[in-house]
Amino acid sequence: MASFREIATNGLWKNNPGLVQLLGLCPLLGTSNSVVNALGLGLATILVLTCSNAAVSLIRRSVPDSVRLPVFVMLIAGLTTCIELLMHAWTYELYQILGIFIPLITTNCVILGRAEAFAAKHGVLHASFDGLMMGSGFALVLVALGALRELLGTGTLFANMQLLFGPAAAAWQLELFPQDHGLLLAILPPGAFLVLGLLIALKNQIDARLAARSAQPTVSTPVAERRVRVTGVIE
Amino acid sequence: MALPRITSPHTTGSNRTQRVMLQVLLATLPGVLTLTWLYGCGPLLNLLWASIVALSCEAAVLAARKRPLRFFLSDGSALVSAVLLALALPPYAPWWLTLIATGFAMLFGKHLYGGLGQNPFNPAMIGYVVVLISFPGAMTSWPLPEFVGPWEALQRILGIAMLPDGWSHATALDVLQHNHSLTFDELRASSPAFGRFGGNGQEWVNLAFLAGGCYLLQRRLFTWHAPLGMLAALGLMSLLFWGGSGSDSNGSPLFHLFSGATMLGAFFIVTDPVSGATSRLGRLIFGAGVGILVYIIRTWGGYPDGVAFAVLLMNLAAPTIDYYTRPRTYGHRKAERGFRIGE
Repeated sequence: MASFREIATNGLWKNNPGLVQLLGLCPLLGTSNSVVNALGLGLATILVLTCSNAAVSLIRRSVPDSVRLPVFVMLIAGLTTCIELLMHAWTYELYQILGIFIPLITTNCVILGRAEAFAAKHGVLHASFDGLMMGSGFALVLVALGALRELLGTGTLFANMQLLFGPAAAAWQLELFPQDHGLLLAILPPGAFLVLGLLIALKNQIDARLAARSAQPTVSTPVAERRVRVTGVIE
Repeated sequence: MALPRITSPHTTGSNRTQRVMLQVLLATLPGVLTLTWLYGCGPLLNLLWASIVALSCEAAVLAARKRPLRFFLSDGSALVSAVLLALALPPYAPWWLTLIATGFAMLFGKHLYGGLGQNPFNPAMIGYVVVLISFPGAMTSWPLPEFVGPWEALQRILGIAMLPDGWSHATALDVLQHNHSLTFDELRASSPAFGRFGGNGQEWVNLAFLAGGCYLLQRRLFTWHAPLGMLAALGLMSLLFWGGSGSDSNGSPLFHLFSGATMLGAFFIVTDPVSGATSRLGRLIFGAGVGILVYIIRTWGGYPDGVAFAVLLMNLAAPTIDYYTRPRTYGHRKAERGFRIGE
């Protein structure tokens, strides 16, 4: 049985859905053009993932193996519909901006993947914690991508936050440079691929650094013993 | 006495990378001179700045990848990419535009794929497309031909010159694309962007690049297949969809051949040995594809000129073209490729 600590590091870093498993790329690339869009979809995904993992874990003993996938998908679709209705009621403008990507949470591979790979084999507590952590890992990448793209593309950060947090959040917008000098490419689809690629490269680089640091204290053989048979000059 | 042990053939290869690149640079000279003659010192400054940026980016990446610095810097490939990119940019592009374009071309277009010979896309066109998509306003307006001194040119590029309103204009291709009411002759009379037979000023630049391209062809740096394929396809398309001189005219073949970046593309971009197709038939198809796409983008697309997009799209198709046009090896039957339907 995996410990909670392990589940957390797995979801947030080691097996991050956005950076390592590369699951759910469609919403990740499609909605990450600003922080508010990214955060909106990220929160919705966390909610669906946590609830679906809990529900799948609860029914895992009573569902026959042969029909488990349709049952899981039905569950996920039902939960997604709930989230969609909630967003429709409370954050109507964001609901309109995100559009098709909210119902598409159903088809996000991370959710079915976690239901199948983790929730169907673990208890409720572990399963819902895994859902929370995987969802948070996904949402963090989504928000990082959204922030970078918004910053590069329009020169602002946290624009239009009132769509998610009410009128008081309209003042959160930071303007770092004038809007007409933004690198428009960053907001367009190619920018999503480029920035995500750079983020993945950064993660791999950090991992390589960490691995190199932990592998440092190894026993090194003395130089003179490098070769057994010596027939000439050792260069 | 130490004799060098060399196996046959004993002829010396004359086409080393450095020499090829130097000849390409030499062949751009007529174009550079014509641009300077028409538009003043801006193109020269762009050229210089782009070269500095390209060489610094190249050196930085080579150092980071622990590659031999001198060997790769002296082969001239970075310089050629920078020069071709700078020639495609508007004459008074602001300095940061050139910086972003060249940096992107070198870092993302070339070195992220593994450096010289590994890039699936033409680096210069990657840089060009990045700034074209990001800053369409600055990229699609050219000044009218007028000589500008070096000091004034520097001020314009640094963005500190006091410029009158309307110093830059939409290009002839742009004007034509957005025309719906005027006949072709009225359009020519109303807009200064048109020249005698192509775009104003652009026609001479295109002629100069044609001359440079013919020099390269004569030196056998590339075969005639790719450039001819592109020019023929573009000419044929514009002949088919010409539409006379009414308000629905899409421009004559002559106009399309001598406007925008046609000749620069045909002789300096499409002929790129790395990102293009390999066999002769493949090059012909590659060039024709570029020509057709250029016409489609110019006439029905959202951008006034489409050479860069067309080249990148065909770069994507190049491996497939190579797969289907592999020549028969002597003594072997031609391999069957693809699917046969109905068996």
